[in-house]
Amino acid sequence: MTAYFASLSFLKLLKSMPGGIAQGLIWGLMALGLYITFRLLDVADLTVDGSFTTGGAVTVMLILAGWPAWAALLVAVLAGILAGLCTGLLHTRLGIPAILAGILTQLSLYSINLRIMGMTANKAVSVDKYQLLLSSRNIPASILTGLLIALVLISAFYWYFGTEQGSAIRATGANPAMCRALGISVDSMKVLGLAFSNGIVALSGGLMSQYQGFADINMGRGAIVIGLAAVIIGEVIGHALLGKYLNFFGTLSFVVVGGVLYYLVIVIVLWLKLNSNDLKLFTAVIVALFLAVPYLREHSKSSFVRLKKGGAGNA
Amino acid sequence: MLDVSRISKTFNPGTINEKRALQELSLHLDPGDFVTVIGGNGAGKSTLLNAIAGVWPVDEGRIVLDGTDITALPEHKRAYLIGRVFQDPMMGTAPNMQLEENLALAKRRGEKRGLRWGVTKAEREEYYEQLKSLGLGLEDRMTAKVGLLSGGQRQAVTLLMASLRKPKLLLLDEHTAALDPATAKKVLELSDSIVQENQLTTLMITHNMSDAIRHGNRLIMMNEGNIILDVRGEEKSHLTKRELMEKFTQLSGAQMENDAMLLSK
Repeated sequence: MTAYFASLSFLKLLKSMPGGIAQGLIWGLMALGLYITFRLLDVADLTVDGSFTTGGAVTVMLILAGWPAWAALLVAVLAGILAGLCTGLLHTRLGIPAILAGILTQLSLYSINLRIMGMTANKAVSVDKYQLLLSSRNIPASILTGLLIALVLISAFYWYFGTEQGSAIRATGANPAMCRALGISVDSMKVLGLAFSNGIVALSGGLMSQYQGFADINMGRGAIVIGLAAVIIGEVIGHALLGKYLNFFGTLSFVVVGGVLYYLVIVIVLWLKLNSNDLKLFTAVIVALFLAVPYLREHSKSSFVRLKKGGAGNA
Repeated sequence: MLDVSRISKTFNPGTINEKRALQELSLHLDPGDFVTVIGGNGAGKSTLLNAIAGVWPVDEGRIVLDGTDITALPEHKRAYLIGRVFQDPMMGTAPNMQLEENLALAKRRGEKRGLRWGVTKAEREEYYEQLKSLGLGLEDRMTAKVGLLSGGQRQAVTLLMASLRKPKLLLLDEHTAALDPATAKKVLELSDSIVQENQLTTLMITHNMSDAIRHGNRLIMMNEGNIILDVRGEEKSHLTKRELMEKFTQLSGAQMENDAMLLSK
């Protein structure tokens, strides 16, 4: 035990923090995409596990083919949009429940991603040979790039969801019956939202592949859970700090912050020398906790269990 | 204005739950008609309104509104002609959006929604005045989330939303049934004034016979998916609750006991 604690170096933790922040920012961007479907459309979109990898695969392959990184990212976004469209059409045109539609697209993307990467599970892109937008070799610059992209995305969100079309998307998640009565095509809004969302997820996948210097067929596994973790952690902290002053811009910013915080926790966990193979389990537990807390808090105020114990009501 | 000709709708056809909700029903409304609809449970009142609104396609017949055949148009595509208020106060508004955002969504009913601002400054002033005229103090809560409003307030807002962009037809589906009596009265008065002011052609379902007699210029009674009584003008204004009950008993036959009780509520 003493030997274990002696082996933990605080300096080492501090040193790994910046890298955690950079990766957290990229996951935070992914969470922004997820926010559209999870919070605004009220759909849990499982496509993202696949489209994140698609973004990474397309980016790496195009950069290897000599494309400039920004152009590769742009195509990655388009590929993500296509994936979202696919899920959206499976859901709205073919009547497949949203969750299942997402799973189907995700599954098919596994094969497609392999094909994009030329049937290998892993493709490296070296920052020495190619001009990348960000890389783990230059963490401060990567953080700056990540922050800049986050700012642009959040501003774009803030604008778009304030427009007529964006409002219609928000209303679709809130009350579909009302939307139809007001002449809004609920189906079109869902497809549009899913497409946008996956476009952004693919963008963050493309950034991640550049940061880590490779695209991997499994890089998106569990992305939805990490994204949800970011959204929920961000919202909880945003509410705790700003309360009712938390506006849409603030919420989105905290979603990105949520991604960073999530990843810093991961850094700490790794520093504690927990097996990195247990990370997925750990992430799932965190998300389950954060999802359960609001429910349990409500439950503790009013529940049958409480009545049985002789609480509030029966005095 | 509205021409419904011989529409039929059967739910769950060919199953044990088969329900012939509308049976070759025809109805013509003149511009400015304010028609109250009464009838027992399962008479087809809501089904008629839903058929006109396009919640699902009818099995047979045609629906023409303002010279346009809307029979084959899905719900959201005929919404540009129709304003609606539902029985459930929660159904007409988006709870997690601001009051002014809800109004702005309704203001654009049937329009193409592009990348212009969702709520403009000029609109805000318009909404302020409109909300003020409701007399509920809502004009000072325009940026509040609608979910924070009471059922009556939400129903009043939904009414305003239905008329912001003048509809060719206003459908009120027992829109006061879920409210307490005092609030229901207020919302009904509000409905009356909005209909009068905008000269709206209106179909209003109600469970309350007195309301059905007091409001509108025409009254129809439904039973088993069809219209069994249609009175208007002078004749309608002289109707009494008792007469209406007798007519109902006489026209609908056997099931009166139950339904009469419901109707007199």
